[in-house]
Amino acid sequence: MSIRRTAPSNLLTASIDKAARWAQTRSMFPATFGLACCAIEMMATGAAHNDLARFGMEVFRASPRQADLMIVAGRVSQKMAPVLRQVYDQMPDPKWVISMGACASTGGMFNNYALVQGVDQIVPVDMYVPGCPPGPQGLMHGILTLHDRIMAGKA
Amino acid sequence: MSPDPLEGLKERFTELDWHLSHGQEVVRVEREQLLEFATAAQEAGFDMLADVTAVDWYRSREPRFDVVINLLSMSHRARLRILVGLARDDTVVPSLVPLWPGANFAEREVFDFFGIVFEGHPDLTRILMPDDWDGFPLRKDYDTGAVPVQFKASHKVS
Repeated sequence: MSIRRTAPSNLLTASIDKAARWAQTRSMFPATFGLACCAIEMMATGAAHNDLARFGMEVFRASPRQADLMIVAGRVSQKMAPVLRQVYDQMPDPKWVISMGACASTGGMFNNYALVQGVDQIVPVDMYVPGCPPGPQGLMHGILTLHDRIMAGKA
Repeated sequence: MSPDPLEGLKERFTELDWHLSHGQEVVRVEREQLLEFATAAQEAGFDMLADVTAVDWYRSREPRFDVVINLLSMSHRARLRILVGLARDDTVVPSLVPLWPGANFAEREVFDFFGIVFEGHPDLTRILMPDDWDGFPLRKDYDTGAVPVQFKASHKVS
């Protein structure tokens, strides 16, 4: 996301850009999209031992209108797919999507008719976190890598 | 309420096929007799319907489908399983919702996955698959819908 669309490019807007990206990463509110087992690990990441609050992310917004980040944690069934898309559409820009776990990334161990084989068939994904389920450290690594990519201007 | 509900039912319906399965009483009932038998079972003391499910025997047996109804008597601590056989082209069976309202969702699930129609059900629609889904997933001739996957260690390309 860039403010260069409205102003001519110069040194001032470059550093404002950088400041804007810094602000986006420093308190990124996740939207609650815990679907299955990965949701437990997501809750563990927000809990005391592996604390998401140190990154300003402990407040999982129930309303997608107030969220920046959608962590798709778990299996997405065929019936849930339009709901997922609607929640994603309701999030305001700038927004990012983390596909957490094997089921959200590729359909996981459930290669069948009932589940969407990878959530990237429905929403654009910025970060895939492997695991079944990924431990809190794995999810944290994914979130922090996403922060680094946003700071570098790549996401 | 004191007599054993199973004893009373066995005396009244001796001509039915009763057998024991892992310590639980099982009875096979024809579809036409199901409502009469179920009403008698409820009056005898089977006040809870635990589950309604189905089995697809596919080619290994005629009739193709078995509807399995699990009853529980909380006051007598007795369980009963009822099997209703259905042919492959005639999958209609009376609904037990008028007797036990808890059968509502269980029968919807059986309809969603096996295509067995329950006559007299107040709202027989799909419950787990999307409403416009084609086909009945738990029938044995329904494909799993697997997507071909290339694994790193395998040599052939699927």
